[in-house]
Amino acid sequence: MTDIAWIDLALASARPKALGALLRYFHNLDTAEEAFQEACLRAIRTWPEKGPPRDPTAWLIFVGRNSGIDAVRKRTKLQALPDEDLISDTEDAESDIAERLDDSHYRDDILRLLFICCHPDLPATQQIALALRIVSGLSVPQIAQAFLVSESAMEQRITRAKARVAKAGVPFETPSLEERAERLSIVSTMIYLVFNEGYSQADPKHEAAAFSDEAIRLARLMLHLFPSEPELMGLLALMLLQISRRPARFSGEDEIVLLEDQDRGLWNQPFINEALALLDKALRHRQPGPYQLQAAIAAIHSRAKRAEDTDWVEIDLLYRALERLQPSPVVTLNRAVVVSKLQGPQDALDLIDPLGEKLGGYFYYHGLRGGLLKQLGLTCQAREAFDRAIALAHSAAEAAHIRRQIDKMQEEATQPIAE
Amino acid sequence: MLYAILCYAHEETVFAWSKEEEAAVMEKLYAVQEPLAASGKLGPVGRLMPTTAATTVRKGKDEALVIDGPFAETKEALLGFYVVDFETLDEAITFSKQLSSVNPGSTSYEIRPFYVFRPGDASS
Repeated sequence: MTDIAWIDLALASARPKALGALLRYFHNLDTAEEAFQEACLRAIRTWPEKGPPRDPTAWLIFVGRNSGIDAVRKRTKLQALPDEDLISDTEDAESDIAERLDDSHYRDDILRLLFICCHPDLPATQQIALALRIVSGLSVPQIAQAFLVSESAMEQRITRAKARVAKAGVPFETPSLEERAERLSIVSTMIYLVFNEGYSQADPKHEAAAFSDEAIRLARLMLHLFPSEPELMGLLALMLLQISRRPARFSGEDEIVLLEDQDRGLWNQPFINEALALLDKALRHRQPGPYQLQAAIAAIHSRAKRAEDTDWVEIDLLYRALERLQPSPVVTLNRAVVVSKLQGPQDALDLIDPLGEKLGGYFYYHGLRGGLLKQLGLTCQAREAFDRAIALAHSAAEAAHIRRQIDKMQEEATQPIAE
Repeated sequence: MLYAILCYAHEETVFAWSKEEEAAVMEKLYAVQEPLAASGKLGPVGRLMPTTAATTVRKGKDEALVIDGPFAETKEALLGFYVVDFETLDEAITFSKQLSSVNPGSTSYEIRPFYVFRPGDASS
């Protein structure tokens, strides 16, 4: 790695903490961002020569704060900032600030920063875009490409989102324990949305695929700051388990490979191990939550050496617990897959038929329904369900996957019955 | 004499490495380890999962306390370790310098001689 690449990395990993602290200082997102930008520029100029500081985050906060104050002063035509040489020599101030800004201070800063991004007034896509822009520092073109919109459209979207957030106001006082728990849960949801935005992409080279890694990075950061939050452990475990399967999810021609058909040797074992360790830790807290339960379900798949070793009974229990904790038609739909394994397609079909009204516009609903009808030999009805699924597919790979099922069904129909 | 060489670094930076960056670093580290392994002086090498996966058992009043993580407030964390067999401390320092030179982070290596060492036979 070159010096510059290393500095880039250090700046990226310091970003949420530094920006969070600057936001607390200036109470204004734009000023904080400008101050951080300025600090980064100075870092790129001085670090290669003087070497990276002992605590890059403290350095960036110190320099960013000075330049922010300077910017405010310039507007009021007062005294300018001291020379760069003086600023760069921040050794003492930096260690001083590092002393005062340990993790306990960063905790609420970063939580506040993320909380701003998932303001309830914003639609989910804007929450994701804002978090990627502000917290992760991805460029507008990068985000625009991932969302398949033009740069100017994305720029506008982000500007509008920021304006809306600014108008709504953000509380800057330290949140109470209850508020903090609520913020944590909202932030967790947003992180998982970012993850899914990346994970749902068929093509791992697609721009958005990197969002999954970014979400994992954010979850790691949160868990560092809140090391005893079982749901954060569950969230990180869940994402690690899902992403561990990424190398096996698609065959050479970008075809979806179902969980039961995946080559388990391709699963990323270090990710699985870390997730299992996190999940074990989380369960010790005896505060089950939706992420822990979903991670526990994913863990059962990961523990099975072969698809036929899957402990469906245990998975069914976990889904029932999830249904009680967080009832949703999608959870029931997922449990239907388990029911079909344990009790057969008819029982599963009975379970999902009442969901038609709520999930009628959902790709997986019709895909699963088609699969169950196919198993029951109801070819015409299956075909109808598959057609609806194709119409609702998010990606070419999803549509192709359903089309293959239709083809298979037709092949079977035209083959003479085996003697 | 057996030495443990303990590797401390900023965890968040290390976990910000992309897959490519990580692979490049690991390759360079392996290149440093290889000659030592060939000479039979390299013992077990361990890279630790992040501190978020850690649990600490600490003596309590009545019963031992089980705490999440090592210490939430630490800036540098123990990320891995080597067990090496060197005649002198100088050799251990030279080896640690080599590791340090290929490791892009602000990593520090702590060299600690052993009293007791049992290699055991656990593996995964």
